[in-house]
Amino acid sequence: MLELRSVSKKVGRDWHIKDVSMTLEKGSVNILLGPTLSGKTSLMRLMAGLDRPTSGEILMNGTDVVGMPVQKRNVAMVYQQFINYPAMTVYENIASPMRVAGVDKATIERRVREAADLMKLTPYLERTPLNLSGGQQQRTALARALVKDAELVLLDEPLANLDYKLREELRVELPKIFAETGAIFVYATTEPQEALLLGGKTATLNEGLVTQFDDTIDVYNRPSDLLTAQTFSDPPMNVLPVRKSGAEFVFNTSRFDVPASLSGLRDEEYTIGARPHHMSLQPPTGKSMKLDCKVSTTEITGSESFIHLQSEGIHMVALMHGVHRVGIGDSLPAYLDADNLFVFDRNGSLVFAPGSNGHG
Amino acid sequence: MDKPYNNKAWLFVIPVFILVALSAIIPIMTVVNYSFQDTFGNNQFFWAGTEWFQDVLRSDRFWNALGRNLIFSLIILSIEIPLGIAIALTMPKKGIWVPVCLVLMALPLLIPWNVVGTIWQIFGRADIGLLGYALDQIGIEYNYASNVFDAWATIILMDVWHWTSLVVLLCYAGLVSIPEAYYQAAKIDGASKWSVFRYIQLPKIRGVLIIAFLLRFMDSFMIYTEPFVLTGGGPGNSTTFMSIDLVKQAIGQFDLGPAAAMSLVYQLIVLTICYVFFTVMSNVGVDKPDARVED
Amino acid sequence: MASITLDKLAHSYLPNPQSDADFALKELDYKWEDGGAYALLGPSGCGKTTLLNIISGLLVPSKGHIRFDGQDVTHLQPEERNIAQVFQFPVIYDTMTVRQNLAFPLINRHVPQDEITKRVKDMIDVLDLSDKADRKARGLTADEKQKISLGRGLVRYDVNAILFDEPLTVIDPHMKWQLRTKLKDLHRQLGHTMIYVTHDQTEALTFADKVVVMYEGEVVQIGTPEELFNEPAHTFVGYFIGSPGMNVIPCEIDGKTARVGDIQIELSDGYSLAGSKTELGIRPEFVSLSSDKSGLPVRIETVENIGRFKIVRANLQGHTINALLKENEEVPVDPTMTFEPSRINVYQNSHLVRVGA
Repeated sequence: MLELRSVSKKVGRDWHIKDVSMTLEKGSVNILLGPTLSGKTSLMRLMAGLDRPTSGEILMNGTDVVGMPVQKRNVAMVYQQFINYPAMTVYENIASPMRVAGVDKATIERRVREAADLMKLTPYLERTPLNLSGGQQQRTALARALVKDAELVLLDEPLANLDYKLREELRVELPKIFAETGAIFVYATTEPQEALLLGGKTATLNEGLVTQFDDTIDVYNRPSDLLTAQTFSDPPMNVLPVRKSGAEFVFNTSRFDVPASLSGLRDEEYTIGARPHHMSLQPPTGKSMKLDCKVSTTEITGSESFIHLQSEGIHMVALMHGVHRVGIGDSLPAYLDADNLFVFDRNGSLVFAPGSNGHG
Repeated sequence: MDKPYNNKAWLFVIPVFILVALSAIIPIMTVVNYSFQDTFGNNQFFWAGTEWFQDVLRSDRFWNALGRNLIFSLIILSIEIPLGIAIALTMPKKGIWVPVCLVLMALPLLIPWNVVGTIWQIFGRADIGLLGYALDQIGIEYNYASNVFDAWATIILMDVWHWTSLVVLLCYAGLVSIPEAYYQAAKIDGASKWSVFRYIQLPKIRGVLIIAFLLRFMDSFMIYTEPFVLTGGGPGNSTTFMSIDLVKQAIGQFDLGPAAAMSLVYQLIVLTICYVFFTVMSNVGVDKPDARVED
Repeated sequence: MASITLDKLAHSYLPNPQSDADFALKELDYKWEDGGAYALLGPSGCGKTTLLNIISGLLVPSKGHIRFDGQDVTHLQPEERNIAQVFQFPVIYDTMTVRQNLAFPLINRHVPQDEITKRVKDMIDVLDLSDKADRKARGLTADEKQKISLGRGLVRYDVNAILFDEPLTVIDPHMKWQLRTKLKDLHRQLGHTMIYVTHDQTEALTFADKVVVMYEGEVVQIGTPEELFNEPAHTFVGYFIGSPGMNVIPCEIDGKTARVGDIQIELSDGYSLAGSKTELGIRPEFVSLSSDKSGLPVRIETVENIGRFKIVRANLQGHTINALLKENEEVPVDPTMTFEPSRINVYQNSHLVRVGA
């Protein structure tokens, strides 16, 4: 179990990590989600004991990580740039942590073969990393991290330098591998989709602050604030600043009926969030908020259409299934699914989250 | 990066510490000591206060030597830096000639400094030196031992021959690290070779240029061996640089006090100029995020 | 603006290519129309960057010719071809301001000063860089720098085509989104021929009118995003496009029925394909799960919830099939799978068999 207690890290005059407290259980998958420079790598380095926190404590199974000498720290780390020993074969690369630990030859042979099998590297064991493709190199780095049998495995955006399709494939394989070893996994990424696909728990980071740490699907369905909601949305969530006035929401010159579920809110200023796939050019079956918009661009992927809309200065995106061709500059009504609206108050805190999707 | 705290690390430092103490710290403190005292080195000390410092700063000899150093460094820098950059620009980046060029460039740097002085001393002699003989044959009068201009020209030429390679190698390393895409983009933009140099290459090698500048300045300002071997400070004292003067005073005349004082002043001058140089050069062209540039 | 013709173009990085395998780019014959937005899509090593460099002039092809508007430019230098290129990482002149960066290509081409001022100002507005126009380019964010890179190409009069080499590589995901849309906007507004190289299908499909899918140096299919989605000409295209990609199941075709293991699947048309390797392909979007007894019984392996839909991996006769469930749908009890017959594609030796062909 890895415990962080009020950990902060200051570098120069900037706070890279601000007062982070979290507990990571054995055998769990933990995802650090946030944009670049949000502190993911800094946090991982603190967890590994490579950096010392400016304040706060980091405890691995009750012992302070910082005081431990390198050999005793049972950590494996995989980086974005596939880092392998260039002069050694794949076999040797994977075997290296075990050789350093003095494990006997028979065990090394067995474990290397197991890891290679898992990572589909068996035909390449005799090659050197330079003769491998990017995906294979990263798999080698992953295999090396796995055989170390570390208690803590840190993966810093390991798939970022790989091709799209390769990323997809490895993303499917990774959770299976995680499940087998029982270590604590910490995985940093900038892509919300990856977090959702990997499951486990997610910590959303923004400028050194952990805004929420919960089961991934819960962070997705009930983001604690606007910042978290936006970090966890790709494409970005549509946001609409409104003022509630009795039974109506007022947005500049538009007015909407307040959906029944939101009627209990006070008459104040709020921000309404709607994910792009809850916005459509066709009225949904249930209740909706209608907005007059102008089409600014369309992007068609063959199976889906992204329609970019402008409404009174706010830029929004509707994601619709199928191919929808609309004219640029056309004025069209757009519909926000009233059953799937998030409401945030003036300070950005969550006031209401739609309960209809996912487990509550 | 904070590494975990381990007291055993101090044990590793002790040998180096002793070495540095003996070869650097103690001698420096001795010099400081001497600079404030009057002594003949026989362990009899008479307090002199700032007398030596005042003497040094009032002596013509000191200021002349300083002047020579400054002029020399200026000339050296204005030749070696542009020449170094120019040579680095012409060196190939890929292919079989790269290691050949690098080795050729490195050779002058590997020669011990007094040997360099000796090489040029012989080189310039009218009887057995290639340069001296050749110049003599075409009718140019050349004698570095008796002619001030010749002496200076030879020392400068010698230093350029010896040290330009350093600038070349530093700049070459900087140039080689510029991604090909920049040149490709410049091609597409229709940029001239000069534009490519001014807007891509020069900015990108700024870091190494600063280092090259500082290294060459410091070394040329403190030059001793080569001119000493070549001219011994002559003719007269036309090539008596501060270091040579210092040695004359300390060892030749055994004026330890004034020599020590001069040595400290010398060091302070070098440090100050380097500091100013470094600060200015690091900040040239650097924007604070909100700064605006007047069009 | 120009049309680009590839005439029996091929390239090998080896001095003496012997066989097909030695060619990084295999023979290619195609014409790109003026003003279109095209994408070259494929995995690493498929030859797309080689092709881009041949078009831009940074590489001379070992075989064949390339023509702009009919004129042979195969041996012309990049600056003579009037193209602009945006690279993977932003390439800008650090010491110049944004304005100066954009003016640079025009200054080199001796355009009159007032023209330059006007064009640069227009470009700054189009790129939304007005409040940073006089800042040194060095201090800007990655996406702003990429915009400048792009701007330097667009600001010229004489641009035949704009080439993008994986330009969003260093951009943050949510800025990626904005920049992508911006590129599409610019294409619409300015009408230049644009060729965009990427391995990311979303980028390719949202940007291009026509996508060229490449694999191991060959062009596998050229089509609109819809064509690539509905009728992938090759199983590779089916796999590569779509997230998750098309399900490919080996089968035996007998008239209007496909046999997979013990079960039979009805097709919308009849085929007569003897012997050779036959497969059927169906996209997860057209695979539905229900408790309908008439469907094909499957065993559910995993369910992944990615927010706006769920990916269900099910086992049908030993093959893993992906199906999609909408966000509030649950996996049915005793699940059975149905394939939409009109969406089933039949492949022989990995190539699509068109009905009536």
